[in-house]
Amino acid sequence: MRRALTALAVFAASALAFAFLLLPIVALFTHQSLGDLFRQLSNPVVTDALVVSAKTSAIAQAAILLVGTPAAYLIARHRFPGRPLVITLVELPLVLPPAVAGVALLVAFGRFGLLGSTFDALGFDIAFNQVAVVLAVAFVASPLYIRQAIASFEAVDPSLVAASRTLGAGPERTFFRVVLPLARAGLAAGAALSLARGLGEFGATIMFAGSFQGVTQTLPLAIYAEFDRDFDVAVTISALLVVVTAAILLSLKLTALWPSSQRTSFSLFARSGSS
Amino acid sequence: MAELAAHFVLPLRSFRLELALRAKRTVALVGPSGAGKTSVLRAIAGLARPTAGRIALGEDVWFDAEQRVFRSPDRRSVGLVFQEYALFPHMSVRRNVAYGGAARVGELLERFRISHLADADPGELSGGERQRVALARALSRDPGVLLLDEPLSSLDTQTKAVVRVELQELLRELALPTILVTHDYDDAAALAGEVGVIADGRLRQLATPQELVSNPADAFVASFTGANLLHGVAEPQGAELTLVRLETGERIFSTDRARGDVGVVVYPWEITVARVHHADSALNVIDGEIHSVVHVGSRVRVRIGPITAEITSASAEKLDLERGGKAVATFKATGTRLLPLAR
Repeated sequence: MRRALTALAVFAASALAFAFLLLPIVALFTHQSLGDLFRQLSNPVVTDALVVSAKTSAIAQAAILLVGTPAAYLIARHRFPGRPLVITLVELPLVLPPAVAGVALLVAFGRFGLLGSTFDALGFDIAFNQVAVVLAVAFVASPLYIRQAIASFEAVDPSLVAASRTLGAGPERTFFRVVLPLARAGLAAGAALSLARGLGEFGATIMFAGSFQGVTQTLPLAIYAEFDRDFDVAVTISALLVVVTAAILLSLKLTALWPSSQRTSFSLFARSGSS
Repeated sequence: MAELAAHFVLPLRSFRLELALRAKRTVALVGPSGAGKTSVLRAIAGLARPTAGRIALGEDVWFDAEQRVFRSPDRRSVGLVFQEYALFPHMSVRRNVAYGGAARVGELLERFRISHLADADPGELSGGERQRVALARALSRDPGVLLLDEPLSSLDTQTKAVVRVELQELLRELALPTILVTHDYDDAAALAGEVGVIADGRLRQLATPQELVSNPADAFVASFTGANLLHGVAEPQGAELTLVRLETGERIFSTDRARGDVGVVVYPWEITVARVHHADSALNVIDGEIHSVVHVGSRVRVRIGPITAEITSASAEKLDLERGGKAVATFKATGTRLLPLAR
């Protein structure tokens, strides 16, 4: 009897938790008829925001991969004094409140910021344009990629790297033919996480880049702007973001099934922090 | 064939590795785990950078601390077989072997009898197969030096006996300067012409296997060098015994079964020494000249004919053993093991 009660309580708790997590998502799709929802997708506010988000995310992610991958490899392969500190600094933007990130970007790159006069002299003004959006997204999203990349590179057996070198391959050939193929599942997972985080970026972007339709207004910023003006549009954009981020999450789960993933075990948290 | 000459100092976590060695053919390094054996191979391959010394293959200088020469591993003519083989898990056997150079892949796959596994993944292979792939891959670059890290340790006893013979044949055929690292003295004695005993980063003694057993430099070497290894031809006798005719002419009986070329393994402390032969249950009797009498702590190593016995100092004194004198070594057939060897 008591055992049955316990089982029932556990079941009820699980059902409650599941319903609580699912209900808001379902509500986004039932708030208006699906026909209305699809019609709203052609609203210029939505299409403009979609274009801005797609463009800035693509550029930011490309920059993160291009700069973050070598940086992560360097940190993963070498032991140097201050290494744990470097890793902690790389991870800092992850825990920074978004408003702080926005202010920090302003005082660094804004017109009156640290590099502001340098940028002025060179002729660019980055505040309140798409470059600012890209910087904001890269600042908050890159740590997710870099820490995952460090963990993935560290998981590649060092004797495989050594074997490659003794077989006549230089550092570049070793990286592209041995390290990268073995770390790719982990790198893809990191990139997916960073992409999802970047797409959802709100606080730093609105403070640093502003919210101008067709220029700096990304999907999350458009939700906020339409919240007072046309609530149905805000709901539509939210539903759109649910679909996109769910797709990213799904592809992330699928990367775990890649053949080489037994070597680069996927983990959200880099093991490098303690070493 | 160029000679490998290496002398260097390499600081490790808990001690300094400091040694000098030369190899024209196979040299085995034996020692307990943690003695720095693998680090020797890493330094020669260029995977670790010594703080002092010089490493060269013939005229080709790979490392010279004074001249500030340090060639990276890909620019040294070296083939390294890793202890766990380090096969690339994302490549087929063929692509693993081709990694060092595609020219000889077909020939190497054939030579190591792995042609039928060419398209298999390393994960699907047995220990013995994996080792053959690792050897083929190490040779694909046509190296001037071969380095083998514990080549027999990851294999089960059955496979080990087969692989030991194959490896011995291969090393003889290649005739390359080879450094082989093992913790098993018997493997070292079977595979190498010269054996170095290494402990705490120092080479205690480098000599032929027979010299190491009969004339150990110190107590550590004596405790680490295991058995006498005598070469001969085996032939089963009846149901229980095998007769081995030694190269030196003596006849030895063993309870191990074998046929053909073998190494007879006898531990020095299994051998009894007397001035004259008394009939007892031991089947093996070697009557010969005393070549050496070496004191190692409270024990004495006496070489009689081809074999070395270990006895207490007290017995040695009682027997009044002297170089040039005569003595009789006896040991049981059950105290001998037979290792199949290549001729």
